[in-house]
Amino acid sequence: MEQKKDTLLEIHDLSVSFRMYDQGLEQKDLRVISDLRLSIAPGEIVAVAGSSGSGKSLLASAILGILPENATVRGHLHYKGEELTREHQEYLRGREIALVPQSVAFLDPLMKVGKQVDGPGKKDFSSKEEKRKSLFKRLELPEKTAQLYPFQLSGGMARRVLVSTALLCEAELIIADEPTPGMSLEQALEALKMFRELANEGKAVLLITHDIDLAFEFADKVAVFYAGTTVETAPAADFLKGPEALRHPYSKALWRALPQNGFEPMEGFQPYAGNLPEGCLFAPRCPYKTRECEEKVPPVQEVRGGEVRCYHGA
Amino acid sequence: MALEARGVSFRYDKKQDWILKDRSLKVERGEVLALFAPSGYGKTTLAMLLAGYLRPAEGEILVDGERLPKKGVCPVQLIFQHPEEAINPRWKLRRVLEESGTLQEDVLKAFGIESAWLERYPRELSGGELQRFCVARALQSGAKYLICDEISTMLDVITQAQIWNVMLAEAKKKNMGLIAITHNHHLAQRLATRTVDLRRDF
Amino acid sequence: MSKRMIKERNLAHGGWNHRKKLLILTCATAFLFLVIYVIGSLISDGAVTGSFLNAKLPPSTSHPYGTDALGRDLFLRTLKGLSVSITVGILASLISAVIAVLVGIAAATGSKRLDAFIGWVIDLVMGVPHTVLIILISFALGRGMKGMLAGIAATHWCSLARLIRAEVLQLRSRPYVAVSRKLGKSGSWILIHHLLPHLFPQFLVGLILMFPHAILHEASISFLGFGLPPEQPAIGIILSESMRYLSTGMWWPAVLPGMTLVLIVLLIDKLGECARKLLDPYTAQA
Repeated sequence: MEQKKDTLLEIHDLSVSFRMYDQGLEQKDLRVISDLRLSIAPGEIVAVAGSSGSGKSLLASAILGILPENATVRGHLHYKGEELTREHQEYLRGREIALVPQSVAFLDPLMKVGKQVDGPGKKDFSSKEEKRKSLFKRLELPEKTAQLYPFQLSGGMARRVLVSTALLCEAELIIADEPTPGMSLEQALEALKMFRELANEGKAVLLITHDIDLAFEFADKVAVFYAGTTVETAPAADFLKGPEALRHPYSKALWRALPQNGFEPMEGFQPYAGNLPEGCLFAPRCPYKTRECEEKVPPVQEVRGGEVRCYHGA
Repeated sequence: MALEARGVSFRYDKKQDWILKDRSLKVERGEVLALFAPSGYGKTTLAMLLAGYLRPAEGEILVDGERLPKKGVCPVQLIFQHPEEAINPRWKLRRVLEESGTLQEDVLKAFGIESAWLERYPRELSGGELQRFCVARALQSGAKYLICDEISTMLDVITQAQIWNVMLAEAKKKNMGLIAITHNHHLAQRLATRTVDLRRDF
Repeated sequence: MSKRMIKERNLAHGGWNHRKKLLILTCATAFLFLVIYVIGSLISDGAVTGSFLNAKLPPSTSHPYGTDALGRDLFLRTLKGLSVSITVGILASLISAVIAVLVGIAAATGSKRLDAFIGWVIDLVMGVPHTVLIILISFALGRGMKGMLAGIAATHWCSLARLIRAEVLQLRSRPYVAVSRKLGKSGSWILIHHLLPHLFPQFLVGLILMFPHAILHEASISFLGFGLPPEQPAIGIILSESMRYLSTGMWWPAVLPGMTLVLIVLLIDKLGECARKLLDPYTAQA
């Protein structure tokens, strides 16, 4: 596969499995991510949508190299054309790649919030503080928030503090893991707008989110995850157009389940990582499945300017 | 027949500021009330007060005209945002469900809870699947009112639609009162018979 | 264009996982203890009454640990001593761990005043050096096995009690415990079904890690002459007697029984460490 020069992060054939104890003494491998593809270029926001337990947060950990010890990673992970080794990840973490984590548990409980957002280093400290103040203002965080300790923040405030931490650092790739829950609509929009501005400055944002309707508005591309694999990657505009423009039956189902688009749930459940089907991971729930789907994992196909992993993708 | 908060105030400590001051709220049986507020408005605190997890410093919570019982099965059940915290990680899911009484086949069927799941441990299921168990457990308890504190915020939209559709049907069948705390206006529009915005409507 | 595969990163050990290790270690330790205990109690007092003809013999095939100044076989004496030590160790740490659980739960669930009082007692017990406290208690209760047991049991529960208290406090604030209460479950039901099963592994690890301490304290107190009576073949007694002859070049009565004690202690410590790793979520799945 040709590595495009302008991609910042390129992932393909990534699989992650966890070694877990079964009953008793035997350990087995649980494959939580398989054959995953994703690429992101400078200036882009790529939104990752998908069911809970589809490996979205694990992808973030795999990119940053912070998976627990019992995880095994296989496949290709490249940053600026260079292989992401453990040492390289360690170097990039916090410097070029920043994470907006899911919970306040990632903040130091004994340090005031303002100090943590400013980050280490005394150089150009005052300009940083200025910037932080304006960020807080835009995210509707009261000025005195900087003087609080993490445990004094409410859920939504914590999220906004975490977002501003990532916005302040000079990273080129920002991975935001569920940055919006707990925020009001206005605050969420403002946060996403700020991500958009960063992308327009040439940075890249990987936006993992369940608020997919908001993501459609701000992202360039949307990657849909199911049971640990990418089933479809499409321009965000296609998601705004509706199910006809989409390629994979799961993406269509996601669209239809949005409260504003019918609120129709799809039957069935995502398979458990210890019990994945042989062929297409979506086959057990798919209305269009054929024998082929149940026997072999479908290859990735280009359809109408998007990628889809489906024999019948149209 | 209603669940009512009358002039409720709350703070953790006498030295601290009020988290909630003189709030009132009422939800009738058969009603679905959507509650909006930005973070920091004490939504979660209000939910905890209504379900009896916290005791108000001032004011009172009334269920069908009577105070919340201190012991026994509470007629108001709260469902949390993070299902994995609301389930004992050491219990098989059958035991989790049985904590609120004998299993009700129709509830399990409505949520599509497969019998194989009952023999699994929580860590083997995803957040969306666990949240079904939390909702099923609350429904089984025979509660008359359910308070849902951002229960589908961390779930994908398909699971969200699955859970809410079943919950609305069950609530209607059992004539329950429902309070849904959410940030999602589209979701509120789908669910609610009435909407309250904590910023304006107090 | 680089197409190299990222090296497989599997940090977990192959073949020997923690659980297998722990199982084998537990079986081996239990077997060893059983053997020592059975042999120790089968050895009649007659077997350890030596004759002066055999006095002060260095280690040989007929006396692997040599003999002491009274001509007693030191290997048999060490085995008998160890069987006493193991009994004392198990009993004392068991009593101590049970005290720790009870006190820890009481502190976490009782009134604020009770919690403060227990905290004060813990500080007090931990503030006094263990050896001094054990000597005092043992002496007050007339030394011997009973005094020893009481002394060791009364001094080793503190840190585990603190741990249990913190654990219970943290558990009680868990949403699933709160939900349980709202589903009409009583405090004792929650204690039995939610809290205790969660505390059991902590209790077990605490117990195992306490065991070597108990044995070492038993040996040191007996060594100092405040524990078991001199006619009892305890490790501490053997070591204390050996001191008299050490300067004359008789090294074996001190070194060999001492090493055996250290080995036993290390074995149990390893066992406790292994069990703790299984409990720690960061290393549990390795």
